[in-house]
Amino acid sequence: MDERAVQRTLARMARELVELNHGVNDLVLIGIQRRGVQLAHRLADEIERAESHRPPVGTLDITLYRDDLTAIGPRPVLGETRLPPGGIDDRKIIIVDDVCFTGRTVRAALDELADFGRPARIYLSVLVDRGGRELPICPDVVGTEIRANANQQVEVLVPELDGKLGVLLLTRPTEEP
Amino acid sequence: MTPLTMVLGKDLVGLEDLDAERIRMILDTAEPFKEISERAIKKVPMLRGKTIVNLFFEPSTRTRISFEFAEKRLSADTVNIQTTGSSVQKGETLVDTARNLEAMRIDMVVMRHHSSGAARFLAERIPSNVVNAGDGRHEHPTQGLLDMLTIRDHMGRIEGLKVCIVGDVLHSRVARSNIWGLTRLGAEVAVCGPRTLLPADIRELGVHVFSRIEEAIEWADVMNVLRLQLERMQAGYVPSLREYNRVFGLTRDRVERAPRDLLILHPGPMNRGVEIDSDVADGPHSVILDQVTNGVAVRMAVLYLLAGGAPEDAAAARSSETGNG
Repeated sequence: MDERAVQRTLARMARELVELNHGVNDLVLIGIQRRGVQLAHRLADEIERAESHRPPVGTLDITLYRDDLTAIGPRPVLGETRLPPGGIDDRKIIIVDDVCFTGRTVRAALDELADFGRPARIYLSVLVDRGGRELPICPDVVGTEIRANANQQVEVLVPELDGKLGVLLLTRPTEEP
Repeated sequence: MTPLTMVLGKDLVGLEDLDAERIRMILDTAEPFKEISERAIKKVPMLRGKTIVNLFFEPSTRTRISFEFAEKRLSADTVNIQTTGSSVQKGETLVDTARNLEAMRIDMVVMRHHSSGAARFLAERIPSNVVNAGDGRHEHPTQGLLDMLTIRDHMGRIEGLKVCIVGDVLHSRVARSNIWGLTRLGAEVAVCGPRTLLPADIRELGVHVFSRIEEAIEWADVMNVLRLQLERMQAGYVPSLREYNRVFGLTRDRVERAPRDLLILHPGPMNRGVEIDSDVADGPHSVILDQVTNGVAVRMAVLYLLAGGAPEDAAAARSSETGNG
């Protein structure tokens, strides 16, 4: 997917999110570090363009809630967690991530959000659903579905980190890099 | 581009062992941990199921509580052992104490000990992660790190800053950790104090020496004021506490005459009216309570990074444990 395709997809996702929620009241976007954060800001831009109201955007780093951290190994670099002022109690949260794969990241995000408060509703919105779920997790709004097999990798590029907007499907060499 | 993962090693014994990159990695990792202590629920499940023993052979309030908060906020199970009333008083050696703890399947030891080198001694003999919480006159690495984090927070950088450590450098592990860490990150470091309380060969660590605090204040951006142990007077290092205050005390008068805005640190506990006046300790230049807040974040970062471990070091320690060591 190139930049224009991603941009169109984000515009449609923004409309679907507002429709699903019957408006923008109490809506809060939470981007998952790292690329979910940039996507959340872009969705907020799109929602603002259509509704003249920009929902607040927060960021969430789920590293400390991962279920594979107890294994000995190098530690992931932590990103910032910052929820919008006013917290998340009784608000409608949209978790935004780049790719939905096993569902384990979303599980961690749900656990972390539960430690911050009790939202009225949590939606899940991802740019790419690549299948391969290991947990009963299902996104509410999906940008695009890509059937990727185990040795393929879906990479979402955002301008802030990668210099451009796009989605790549990479096939890994048979050996682990 | 920043790396995706980081490795610190099995233990944190001292800042002398760490290169600039690793020190920066700990300080950068401490940043996101600050936020956790501001949450309503100050707890993340990162060390769930891990057991940490805080083994304190010397009295400590601040450091032990700070470590305990860090451990609890990462969901570890913690046990505090103070030597008074423990088997150590019955003559058990350090290694035997540690091996008995290991036999109960612990994961980490945070140790304060009166002997310099005790932390490394233990780290080489047990497979658990060892964090030095102060060993004799050697090092107190987490204090050095929290001092550096506090300086970086307020000054925006460490490189190129002039930091003066004032007071009893001779007996101070805080001074040594500061000197190692700050010089690694490119700060200029000086010490200032009575000759009796400065090590004779201190210049070999690459620091300036000031014998008058007025000159030090003239030179410095940051003053890190050490506690003067009251026992030093009885031991004859300084004639009297009042004289120490008159000659080396950080008084309001002196701070006001500084050519630039000083940043003032103190590792605590303070002797108000001896090494630092109340006006200064509670004044606008003091960041002493910020140091305490940052202490928890730095210790969380260290525990987080060490839990990633270096399996080969743990294996080496395990073989020395079962071998003849």
